[in-house]
Amino acid sequence: MEKLRKEDVHPSIIKTLLGKDSNITVEDALDNEMILNMGPQHPATHGVLRLVLRLDGETIVACVPELGYLHRGYEKMAENMTYMEFIPHTDRLDYIAPMANNVAYALAVEKVAGIEAPPRAQYIRMMVVELARIASHLVSIGSLAMDVGALTVFLWTLREREKILDIWDILCGARFTNTYTRIGGVANDAQPEALKLAKWFVEQFPENLDEVEKLLNGNRIFVERLDGVGRISQEDAIKIGFTGPNLRATGLEFDLRRATPYLFYNDIDFKIPTYTEGDCLARYFLRVDECRESAKIVAQVIDKMPAGDTILNQPKRVLPRKTEIYTKMEELIHDFMIVNFGINPPEGEIYSAVENPKGELGFYIISKGDGNPWRFKIRSPSMVNLQAISQLIKGHLISDVVAIVGSIDPIMGEADK
Amino acid sequence: MGLEAKLGEEGFFTTKVNELVAWSRKNSVWPMPMGISCCAIEMMAAGDPKYDIARFGSEVMRFTPRQCDLMIVAGTVTYKMAHVVRKIYDQMPDPKWVIAMGACTSSGGMYRSYNVVQGIDQFLPVDIYLAGCPPRPDNLLNALIQIQDKIGRSKANEFKDRPMPELNVLNQ
Amino acid sequence: MNNQELQELIVKKIKENSPDAIISTNEYRGEFSLLLNKANIVQVCKLLKEDPEFQFILCEDVSGVDWARRKNRFSVVYHIFSFKLRYRLRLKVDVDESDLNVDSVSSVWETANWHEREAYDMFGIIFNNHPDLRRMYMPEDFEYYPLRKEFPLMGIPGSQPLPKKERT
Repeated sequence: MEKLRKEDVHPSIIKTLLGKDSNITVEDALDNEMILNMGPQHPATHGVLRLVLRLDGETIVACVPELGYLHRGYEKMAENMTYMEFIPHTDRLDYIAPMANNVAYALAVEKVAGIEAPPRAQYIRMMVVELARIASHLVSIGSLAMDVGALTVFLWTLREREKILDIWDILCGARFTNTYTRIGGVANDAQPEALKLAKWFVEQFPENLDEVEKLLNGNRIFVERLDGVGRISQEDAIKIGFTGPNLRATGLEFDLRRATPYLFYNDIDFKIPTYTEGDCLARYFLRVDECRESAKIVAQVIDKMPAGDTILNQPKRVLPRKTEIYTKMEELIHDFMIVNFGINPPEGEIYSAVENPKGELGFYIISKGDGNPWRFKIRSPSMVNLQAISQLIKGHLISDVVAIVGSIDPIMGEADK
Repeated sequence: MGLEAKLGEEGFFTTKVNELVAWSRKNSVWPMPMGISCCAIEMMAAGDPKYDIARFGSEVMRFTPRQCDLMIVAGTVTYKMAHVVRKIYDQMPDPKWVIAMGACTSSGGMYRSYNVVQGIDQFLPVDIYLAGCPPRPDNLLNALIQIQDKIGRSKANEFKDRPMPELNVLNQ
Repeated sequence: MNNQELQELIVKKIKENSPDAIISTNEYRGEFSLLLNKANIVQVCKLLKEDPEFQFILCEDVSGVDWARRKNRFSVVYHIFSFKLRYRLRLKVDVDESDLNVDSVSSVWETANWHEREAYDMFGIIFNNHPDLRRMYMPEDFEYYPLRKEFPLMGIPGSQPLPKKERT
């Protein structure tokens, strides 16, 4: 263990931590307390998050999270590339559920351009988003259990997730970071094998989830480590900006799929699970319930899927089909213009938000009529959820920090953009 | 390192001991997963029951650098994170190898921007570059097998008489 | 009430509270946005949050924009949401480069704290009365503001140091 040196922790962080102006650096000794660095490389911090903690014994007095270790410059890159070229970058935002980000981005750009995808494409998008939600919650439950000490659960949930990755592999060729949606629809039609595999998956999924629950729900160590830890009230949750499962665990029944409906969620019958306690155990139970609801949604979507096109036929905004590009003149010119100069939506600004597994993912796009956006802001749920960390871990022990960070479920690729 | 100090000259006994040491080193490579972003998920998937990495001897993914010999850098490295990665690399004891997993670590990947280091070989010596965004777990296992071949060909006396400042705990 | 009546009610109530706050309004693709005067932003936000008919209690997003014009180069955009009405509203404030100060709304919505830090980090807009204005993503001693239009995409060489390759 190396001693923390003065240049490792910037003075402004120390000033925020101690709450006052002073000349104390990290190399001096405090009276009764200690400054501990839970650094960016840590087995249990879900990515590169740095927490600088001020401890009194083992109890936490103050905490300053530091982000920016994965800041890749998405917003500046988006101003320099066309809307089509940016789709692979949206995969890497919340990299556990890449399809959900693709669909969110496609919906936002379609709103700017003023087009709407055909119904079959929307149903395929819904199926893919709900599978992404199941995959994300499985990883979240698995890593929460692993951090608390139950290692077997992680392997079991990853085994279920591999089945979902197989479905995506058949559907579009990539296990992960698929870039499946296009502006105006999806890249290719859903093959019958993929639909059959998805149907088989949702039929055998509830029993496997029951096995995982049997390991954890009756386990006294697991329950006592999470019960009452990291409690947040409903007003504090709204004040700090929580959305998604973290907000629903405090009692507010709010889901963007029902409040501002998008795709075809109004035709599907599903419940919104809610718990009122607001602690880590409530967030864990909520995610398990949401997995079951998503499995029901996927089953209904596969039954109700209509036949038809999977990409819109509007040459000025949507890439034409390959067969037509090779045979007709106008399609060739449109393809050339769209690929090189972009889709040129009309001038204006929009904000479009969807319900991602982590919360509300919003895109704020300002367009000046060019192929590139003028300003592209990503409202990432993980960054806003992480803001509550310093408030949630005050007064708890160090081992609770791991449980709380795991139950908030941040993904640093999204929080750092 | 007493064993390496005595193996000065090449004879039948020396080469056999070399082979034994190299064989035991290569079949128990303990990786240090420097999981930063999306490639870390595929590294986790390489450890799950379908693409078992434990059958190659890399059963334990120790997160402490003092006990590992292979560092798998998985994910985009930014300028802020580069110092942390280098510090962890310095804390690993010899002999050590590095796999640069994915496009972001090999050359900056698809991120040509102000905060991403365009390839980690600007500050780390790399042994294997792995292509893919992210590379499939089979690809990672392929890289592991190639590292094992490289370790199998190494000689034990390559690592003697090297200065080791990184193992000093309370220097300054 | 439908959207048209709601928009008129919002404009009327804001005019009653602070008469010269609204500079212009705009509606595009079903979204309503108000361009406000910089001096009245905290007052208008308090009204929108606490009024029992509106209750815009969730602040979704605060972002900065660089227009790269000579007058009013920057602007700060707020997106707020009301659970009661299930309605989203956008507020915009123009900031000139010579006077880069805006009052912070973190006293109204606590969640705006980190969003305003990010706007400061990326654009250099200073928020008055902010509890803790530090940089968010870039290192603390970084000297430039990345999302301004004059900052190059590949960065300025030498602005961030790398560790050395050889063994020390």
